[in-house]
Amino acid sequence: MSEQITGAQSLVHSLEAAGVTDVFGIPGGAILPLYDPLFDSSIRHILVRHEQAGGHAAEGYAAASGRVGVCLATSGPGATNLVTPIADAHMDSVPMVAITGQVPSSSIGTDAFQEADIRGITMPITKHNYLVTNADDIPRAIAEAFYLASSGRPGPVLVDVSKDALQALTTFDWPTSVSLPGYHPVTKPHSKQIREAAKMILASKQPVLYVGGGTIRANASESLRQLADITGIPVVTTLMARGVFPDSHPQNLGMPGMHGTVAAVGALQKSDLLITLGARFDDRVTGKLSTFAPNAAVIHADIDPAEIGKNRVADIPIVGDLAEIIPELVAAIKVEQASGAVGEYEGWWAQLNRLRTTYPLGYDLPDDGTLSPQYVIERLGDISGPDSIYAAGVGQHQMWAAQFVKYEKPRTWLNSGGLGTMGYSVPAAMGAKVAMPDTTVWAIDGDGCFQMTNQELATCTINEIPIKVALINNSSLGMVRQWQTLFYNSRYSNTDLHSHRFPDFVKLAEAYGCYGLQCDSAEQVDATIEKALGMNDAPVVIDFIVHRDAMVWPMVAAGASNDELMVARSMAPEWGSDD
Amino acid sequence: MSRHTLSVLVEDKPGVLARVASLFSRRGFNIESLAVGPTEVPEVSRMTIVVNVEGAILEQVTKQLNKLINVLKIVELDADASVQREIMLVKVKADLESRSHILETVQLFRAKVVDVATDAVTIEATGAHDKLDAFLRVLEPFGIKELVKSGLVAVGRGPRSITDRSVRSLDRTA
Repeated sequence: MSEQITGAQSLVHSLEAAGVTDVFGIPGGAILPLYDPLFDSSIRHILVRHEQAGGHAAEGYAAASGRVGVCLATSGPGATNLVTPIADAHMDSVPMVAITGQVPSSSIGTDAFQEADIRGITMPITKHNYLVTNADDIPRAIAEAFYLASSGRPGPVLVDVSKDALQALTTFDWPTSVSLPGYHPVTKPHSKQIREAAKMILASKQPVLYVGGGTIRANASESLRQLADITGIPVVTTLMARGVFPDSHPQNLGMPGMHGTVAAVGALQKSDLLITLGARFDDRVTGKLSTFAPNAAVIHADIDPAEIGKNRVADIPIVGDLAEIIPELVAAIKVEQASGAVGEYEGWWAQLNRLRTTYPLGYDLPDDGTLSPQYVIERLGDISGPDSIYAAGVGQHQMWAAQFVKYEKPRTWLNSGGLGTMGYSVPAAMGAKVAMPDTTVWAIDGDGCFQMTNQELATCTINEIPIKVALINNSSLGMVRQWQTLFYNSRYSNTDLHSHRFPDFVKLAEAYGCYGLQCDSAEQVDATIEKALGMNDAPVVIDFIVHRDAMVWPMVAAGASNDELMVARSMAPEWGSDD
Repeated sequence: MSRHTLSVLVEDKPGVLARVASLFSRRGFNIESLAVGPTEVPEVSRMTIVVNVEGAILEQVTKQLNKLINVLKIVELDADASVQREIMLVKVKADLESRSHILETVQLFRAKVVDVATDAVTIEATGAHDKLDAFLRVLEPFGIKELVKSGLVAVGRGPRSITDRSVRSLDRTA
């Protein structure tokens, strides 16, 4: 006979059995029974200051380490505060399990205190979700949740547990296998498709490896490198894929899309074959879809069959795990090459190299001697280096961090790509630092984003999670301001945050027990960053007071064709002829 | 745009209908009709969903449905290779003068009268979508007081079952 324990104890045992070592959460009425046995568990619970941050911390933990991130919240408002990070994790395929308390099952549906139908609310933004009202069902639900979150296309799974299920007596029985008859992710690609893809690649004249975040989730960076090396094909890495292929590699043309490099955008537009690996033809990459890469055939490899053909028809669809697809593609290409088929891309590279040398990423220094935000971010990346992790918020600073930090390794660049969640940076950096305590973790944040989640500095200080925050303070909602400059006659409606005056970010950092530094001149940038790198016994916030009129270039306006990319205001690149 | 009939086998779990309905609304797919009920396998329910979409969208509908964890199998049933039926209950005004005409029409369409009142009759009719439409057009001049239709249900012709072994095996593992 198994020992009688409570549902809450069973849930803690389940988390332990699932290999969980760290969770982020806040207790409350309905989930209180769980917090009692959690107190005695080996699992480290980090008490955050807002559930949204707990969710983003779980995301940062998962994105940095590849392990499933876990967050806890109580019913009602605790659970609804998780909605944003759950939606964020769903868009960016982040493996996450969210556990919420629910009112007792007898009260469900009565509009009880702190009742919210979180299972119903999160149906469209989770991979799957559960409402558990019977204590005996807890181990199975948790086992399935972790399996679903981490297999196939990863994503968030929510398990809502009623308070009476947490309190009821049960026995703990961890399932040895999960039975999900409707869930069979295809991991092994079809060999015929692989062979056809290999032939098509070697026959193409202007191919591009269009690499998305799926390659990071699949841990496919090594084999991607081989694929690039044996073929010599140019590589573009999307916002979600930055780091999966070294920026120092000569075939890396950088990021495509709305703020992509001229070479990366031009390569896609002029390509005759897109070799799409774990990317999903997002509108921020394609621009106006009907004019995107008009002459390109498409090989589309993804673990999620629904992504194939969703936005762009695929000539060769390949469903499977990129960790299997890419090595098989490498092998098939080697076979073709051995029989004499060799891709000839000299002319193609000549075109692309001309674009790359004519239009490198760059920025103008402000005329008035104020600090350039791009310069700060570029120096930060150079000084802290490719072994650090960089988590950005959303907006101009995010784009600059994607452009000017040089990434060499996967899982060193964390950001909210799909949902575009302001406030992601600080909690995600906190989660990443918990997962990778020996790695330097920077939050590159804006003054708008920072004021959405900076309460977590308290969590970082108290729990000894010494993240470093580079606050790119332009006193504005910078990206919105940029759009107002370009598209709304410079009418700055409600984008001035006055954060050069309030709050005093140095004092705010100090109030939270962090080091607070400030820097407003180019001469001080290196020294300030180096000083921050030496401060490892507490979090550091550097308030970089930067020029507010700096803009992110290049840019394709929303809804415009990628052919209308501008390298600066009213300045289109010379694309050159196609030969 | 054309009409497609999807038979969707789902695990009989709480919330599965909401998941399917929510998916259609979230992705902007329009459901023409949806019928759900039990099957010969106790843990499996069957939804018959009629959608009016073009081919590429139909592929997305199917792929997105397949991503739902509780969805076991999706089969598109071709109208020519399946039996497709709706049931309709319609209350029609019927005075002494019109009643015999109505009863004649009911005979012609092989429907039946299931309730009679002094100035109305209620008719039950079963058939394919087009037949019921035709019947309704004929009844319309008499005055339709109330109409209720079920969603379409459909089954493939011939000896084969879409509830194959993989689905039946649920019976034993559950």
